[in-house]
Amino acid sequence: MRRFKTQVKSVTDTSSTILGEAVARATPAPIASRIRGLSDRSMAWLFITPAIALLLAVNIFPLIWAIYLSFTNFRANRPNAALESVGLSNYNRVLNDPNIWQAMQTTAHFVFWTILLQTLIGFSLAYLIDRKFRGHAFWTTIILVPMMLSPAVVGNFWRFLYQPQIGLFNHIVSFLTGIPPSSFEMLGSVRLSPWAIIIVDTWMWTPYVMLICLAGLRSIPDYIYEAAEVDRASLWRQFWSITLPMALPFIMLAVLFRGIENFKMFDMVTLLTGGGPGSTTEVASITLKREAFESWRTGRASAFAIILFVAVFGLANIYVKALNKVKQR
Amino acid sequence: MSSTAHSVVEPSVTSKRIAATIVVAYAVITMIPLIWIVLTSFKSPPDSISYPPKIVFQPTLEGYCNLFTTRTRQTAEYITSLGAPTSTCDEITRSRNMVIAGPSNYWPRFQNSLVIAFGSTFLAVSLGTLAAYGFSRFKVPLAEDLLFFILSTRMMPPIAVAIPIYLMYRQLGLSDTALGMILLYTAVNVSLAVWLLKGFIDEIPREYEEAAMIDGYTRMQAFFKVVLPQATTGIAATAIFCLIFAWNEYAFAVLLTSGAAQTAPPFIPTIIGEGGQDWPAVAAGTTIFVVPILVFTILLRKQLLRGITFGAVRK
Repeated sequence: MRRFKTQVKSVTDTSSTILGEAVARATPAPIASRIRGLSDRSMAWLFITPAIALLLAVNIFPLIWAIYLSFTNFRANRPNAALESVGLSNYNRVLNDPNIWQAMQTTAHFVFWTILLQTLIGFSLAYLIDRKFRGHAFWTTIILVPMMLSPAVVGNFWRFLYQPQIGLFNHIVSFLTGIPPSSFEMLGSVRLSPWAIIIVDTWMWTPYVMLICLAGLRSIPDYIYEAAEVDRASLWRQFWSITLPMALPFIMLAVLFRGIENFKMFDMVTLLTGGGPGSTTEVASITLKREAFESWRTGRASAFAIILFVAVFGLANIYVKALNKVKQR
Repeated sequence: MSSTAHSVVEPSVTSKRIAATIVVAYAVITMIPLIWIVLTSFKSPPDSISYPPKIVFQPTLEGYCNLFTTRTRQTAEYITSLGAPTSTCDEITRSRNMVIAGPSNYWPRFQNSLVIAFGSTFLAVSLGTLAAYGFSRFKVPLAEDLLFFILSTRMMPPIAVAIPIYLMYRQLGLSDTALGMILLYTAVNVSLAVWLLKGFIDEIPREYEEAAMIDGYTRMQAFFKVVLPQATTGIAATAIFCLIFAWNEYAFAVLLTSGAAQTAPPFIPTIIGEGGQDWPAVAAGTTIFVVPILVFTILLRKQLLRGITFGAVRK
């Protein structure tokens, strides 16, 4: 216990002195000498250290701990058992576990469909709102509401909307298509349950993509369109050679954020289906939770967590490079 | 701006009409689930599970009563022997052959949500403002890397972070405490706060501080008396974003709290009536929980874009 505290302390101490000295080296002398009271150097480190220290203690230290645990056979429900180092066997097991590959596939399936739908609907809505009809600001605000809500609370309520007999969703579908409302179960069937989640996620997060696309469309200067008008370019042509290419960096940014978020998908799925029926909707986060807090295989869960993090981090990095290329065009 | 009637620069009346129709239709459809939550909260339990769903019904406060109380079933003789009902809720409960046994856990959980959300927001915004000013005004070595590192802490799935946090908190005695949750949410929010506030502070001209310092202020005084007042809007917007995150968070809350410090999101789905979830009570709990967020959304309209993109997109 005390050892842990001193560990954290020493980590933060060393980092702050390194930071402080480097700041001192970096701050030009004239400014530093001109000021009474705190020097720029001490102020810079006084200001930045607390935030970094907190992140080190609550984010990075646990991460390092998780890396350490991923090489052991630790089980959180038996904290006093002797720790054994098991080398890479946790990683080996995770990478050879068909359930985990299944969960990754399920996650990829969700990420693909939610991003595709949200981008199509979100961009179309943004394009329409950009026509600036009367009252567009008010309606935009209305559309934004779902994304501000708690995914858990919302997921829980959608479970009620999806009830086959009494749920509103089935009755609306039946009203539109004539299929009897009690003839299908959105959450109970293997075929429909992934779509139940994709529908809720799309309902919730389309406004997010829409908002970013709208910023992209508004960033296109009018004179470009005016020039196109002069050149007698058709609307179709204007859309493909001006609107879309210029809004593309924004669309890509929206896709990046949604992709990272949906990789972590947990709250909504947990409350809608809990990963069921069977393991049809078991996404990576749910597998991770079962591994860590139900099977209590902490070591293996940690290995899986590290693999997930590295995957997301790596993909995000590659993607950001591509995004910057598009931006520079 | 002069252009022909059919120019893209100023869309034609027809195209505006079509656009308005589609957008309004989408907005209405998107509101249906939310309207349904509010309607359900005013239904009696039998009405809430009627087949087909009722749109017209006799409104009642039963959902709200059930949300805040626990009830026990009693014999009719016992209930008539009680004398006159003391409140509307008492009356409704008795009509169902039950009596109120005591308060439910909803209000304590709601209070936890308030304490944890406001506590973590205050800390995250304080730390975030200082760090953002540091990054904005001083030459910090490796600033780019540090900022990216701060951002990358958001890429971990919460469950992955929760495993070591769970062990660490067990060691430190922080599991199921408000303090533990406040520290955790502060750490998650600090990354957003630093990025957003750096953007806001970058926009405040340095000349203000420099002028103040020439007038004899120290840099510290200049920060407190010049920069902070200028950054008020940015700080308020950042605070609301942090507040919304902490308010809505479920994964950490469900894994690291069980009773004393549990917030509302893990609690609401556990509201059980007779034979399954008590949907009017769940809807009532959801409605009360969502109202503050609606207010915030309206307040944040202008800053929303910045907040959701970590300051990457500014209007």
